[in-house]
Amino acid sequence: MSDTLVAWDDVLAAYDPALGLEVHVELNTASKMFCGCATEFGAEPNTQVCPTCLGLPGAMPVVNATAVESAIRIGLALNCDIAEWCRFARKNYFYPDMPKNFQTSQYDEPICFDGYLDVAVPTEDGGTETVRVEIERAHMEEDTGKSLHVGGATGRIHGADHSLVDYNRAGIPLIEIVTRPVMGTRSRAPHVAKAYVAALREILLGLGVSDVRMEQGSLRCDVNLSLAPKDEGGLGTRTETKNVNSLRSVERAVRYEMQRHAAVLGAGGSILQETRHWHEDTGVTTSGREKSDAEDYRYFPEPDLVPVAPSREWVEELRATLPEPPAVRRARLREVWGFSELEMRDTENAGALGVVEETVAAGASPQAARKWWLGELARAANDSGKDIAALGVAPADVARVQALVDEGTLNDKLARQVIDGLVAGEGTPDEVVAARGLAVVSDEGALSAAVDAAIEANPDVADKIRAGKHAAAGALIGAVMKEMRGQADAARVRELVLEKLA
Amino acid sequence: MPDARITREEVRHLADLARIDLDDAELDHLAPQLSVILESVASIAGVAGDDVPPTSHPLPLTNVFRADVVEPGLTPEQALGGAPETEQQRFSVPRILGDEQ
Repeated sequence: MSDTLVAWDDVLAAYDPALGLEVHVELNTASKMFCGCATEFGAEPNTQVCPTCLGLPGAMPVVNATAVESAIRIGLALNCDIAEWCRFARKNYFYPDMPKNFQTSQYDEPICFDGYLDVAVPTEDGGTETVRVEIERAHMEEDTGKSLHVGGATGRIHGADHSLVDYNRAGIPLIEIVTRPVMGTRSRAPHVAKAYVAALREILLGLGVSDVRMEQGSLRCDVNLSLAPKDEGGLGTRTETKNVNSLRSVERAVRYEMQRHAAVLGAGGSILQETRHWHEDTGVTTSGREKSDAEDYRYFPEPDLVPVAPSREWVEELRATLPEPPAVRRARLREVWGFSELEMRDTENAGALGVVEETVAAGASPQAARKWWLGELARAANDSGKDIAALGVAPADVARVQALVDEGTLNDKLARQVIDGLVAGEGTPDEVVAARGLAVVSDEGALSAAVDAAIEANPDVADKIRAGKHAAAGALIGAVMKEMRGQADAARVRELVLEKLA
Repeated sequence: MPDARITREEVRHLADLARIDLDDAELDHLAPQLSVILESVASIAGVAGDDVPPTSHPLPLTNVFRADVVEPGLTPEQALGGAPETEQQRFSVPRILGDEQ
């Protein structure tokens, strides 16, 4: 029972996509949103529960101050306004993973609203293009428990005989971040979706408010997608695809739904507004339930909690704690370093932005720092299966190696050997130079003698150079370098050769 | 005064959402009663002047927070003590129809 899909180019020829992304972020607070239960991932079932998160009668919730702080910081990092006054609301529905029969959430008074995130999306020509994704809201709520379906062949809900529920996760603070419809992305829709989630993840990581581990569910993404006839504007009927839990899947799910919608619409059908489930293993979506109208949740203000009214002073205090946004930092470094877009992207992809920055701060030129970290050091990291930053090589030492090159103590070949020594943990660059005896020979007399010997041993080559064929000098330089066991400044050797044969 | 009547269809819908199985006779019986109750409550709107804002809480408090500190909760035995069925230290529930939210 597989879906009919329309070829990608045909989708784009006939339709314009509209994207919407809902991201749930589990905060990394020590305790839950409304009670003091622990939040550790992977604990034994039902060991982190209390009357409040189990929804037992008479239990009263109290809001976790750190969770509110994190919510505000997330909102500020996403350029949102912060509500001066807002409330929690009950979202009423029945499901076993939610013991209270309602989820404490926020409805028409989210704590953060009207923000945006500028996302760098790769273009086909190897550059990037900035797409502004508008944030409608970011609100506070709580996570649900986890169900284990028993009796079905695959652990899935269908065919299960009964289900087992662990409430350790119930009540862990969640921030739901909702975009406005993102229009006009066309063929880039899958990339925009992926780049948005990646950029959001990076911001959350920088804020230190969440583990943002998609594979553990601390960052979860729902993808809303609709198609409208090309160039007519407007919005078609959307589907909401849940369970999209890797960056790669975000991209694939958007592409799949676009192709599936186009097939349904192209055959004269209409899209059912429904929830769909993404299947990581097979790369398809399957139908879930039909989407309820918002009214069906019978939201009403939570009577057990008082309103949250962040003072403007508090908001400004929190604003002062925000790290430099990743995109701003990237743009600043690129400008200061004078890197091309490609050089910048390679540096980022190698995970070397931080170490290059530190190496430059220690005195190396940006290009030299990039050369070492993306060359010898990236290779060494790759060989040992480590992150470049975890290689154990200090940026200041790399800067020192470059300084030794710049002052003529090392040539490029010797410098690479010193880097090898750094990777092998043989000490500082100066110690490696001393221990391995790597400094270039700067004794002009010795160099001059070696050049004379090379000329004498290669009279034919010497004649060619005398006749003006300077390209032939390479053979003599090679002979000198061999004689000096590589420890000579090749440029100086060349000068000497040409002087003597002028 | 706002019209506070509730229709038979609205009662049926709410009963569905609340998983209460009402037959036609019960709907006929309940819908007018609920309308009377709503009208009575709605009369409060006539008493409140423009200077009385609607509230969701009787106390004029904001920002009641707790510090992010872990406190002991229940043991699994206590937590599962009232459950009709348990398995693998989890609450056992009947087969789930419909889909996850």
